[in-house]
Amino acid sequence: MASENVTILSDETFADTVGADGEPVLVDFWAEWCGPCKMIAPILDEIADEQVGNLKIAKLNVDEAPNTARQYEVMSIPTMLLFKDGEVVKKIVGAKPKDALMGELAEHL
Amino acid sequence: MSDARNVVIIGSGPAGLTAAIYTSRATLDPLVLEGEPSSTSDQPGGQLMLTTDVENFPGFPDGIMGPELMMNFKAQAQRFGAEVQTVKASKVDLSERPFKIWVGDPDAAEPTHLAKTVIVSTGAQSIMLELPRENELIGHGLSTCATCDGFFFRDHEIAVVGGGDSALEEASFLSRFASKVTIIHRRDELRASKIMQERAFANPKIEFLWNTEVTGYLGDDKLAGVTTVSTTDGSTGQLDVTGLFIAIGHRPNTSLFEGQLDMKENGYLLTQPGRTATNIPGVFASGDVQDDYYRQAITAAGSGCAAALEAERWLEENDEH
Repeated sequence: MASENVTILSDETFADTVGADGEPVLVDFWAEWCGPCKMIAPILDEIADEQVGNLKIAKLNVDEAPNTARQYEVMSIPTMLLFKDGEVVKKIVGAKPKDALMGELAEHL
Repeated sequence: MSDARNVVIIGSGPAGLTAAIYTSRATLDPLVLEGEPSSTSDQPGGQLMLTTDVENFPGFPDGIMGPELMMNFKAQAQRFGAEVQTVKASKVDLSERPFKIWVGDPDAAEPTHLAKTVIVSTGAQSIMLELPRENELIGHGLSTCATCDGFFFRDHEIAVVGGGDSALEEASFLSRFASKVTIIHRRDELRASKIMQERAFANPKIEFLWNTEVTGYLGDDKLAGVTTVSTTDGSTGQLDVTGLFIAIGHRPNTSLFEGQLDMKENGYLLTQPGRTATNIPGVFASGDVQDDYYRQAITAAGSGCAAALEAERWLEENDEH
């Protein structure tokens, strides 16, 4: 069960969410059949709960939203893109421990 | 630092989690250090986290997804009270009892955990080609996880390196998406099982490039092809592919135990014949970390059970309290 602080995106809602004013948005491109994606899901839930107001966590299921995945040239999941004012400022490919993930995001938060 | 645990299990594939199920049901209150998330097979749940359909695990007549099977293993262990921590052991000291295990900073003066018995089930992980720019191309056409990334290569021409079961499994999985899958193999015959070979030869999307090794990666920010060399006459070539999946074998995750636990020449842990006991009394090894022959989920689970029973018996015979 995902945290209530995690926003679920679709091809339709994607642009509005990542382009909105306010805190940066980390979008997790994932799928049901991806083991590493399952391993980082609880970590992203934790980060979402801890970073309320500072960082928004959103998830995009690549099976349900293939167009957005293609647009951002996602070739591997999990891929996490950090958006600031609608622009990608960081791309993280592959599952990582929480500390490593936060370390990569730190300069943008 | 806490009191010594009865059992600390390092690793959380089929072996580690089966050991956790057995030792928790025996009320030994095991601690499982399950590892840290990554996109290689060295991660919580082990190699099955990077697979899709598991068709040969008994009890699942219609097959089961690898990640789902491992989630079930974990839930079953936790149901009986096994404690699972999502951390990696960074150092062990098995020279005296209780055994010492560090998590995080390996230079910390005090170990993180003390253990009366240790079950090592750290498994094995995929070998990479170790060619220049390999790390930067992972996720950009170069993949260690066909099941994670195959989806993104719909109608692309891609290649798989290797000649064993896992190479052929990946190739046939990838042929669901790709327009063509070339298997690059350095010999002219396969190590893979008969059934996998027959499936691959019958698959119209799979082609073979025999007697060939990959020597380099082409493309700037994403993979555009590979350079190759013939293992028979040394001639060089090029294969234009947008995806390359590496399945050339595994190495055991045993660096943590170097100089402490006896190993075979290939780095796999050595156990007593037919047993899981290592050279150190109270330390047991189960699963792929000590198995360079069968390497199956079910044999790993079986040896995890054996390690749990041996640890339980060892505690009965050697634990003072």
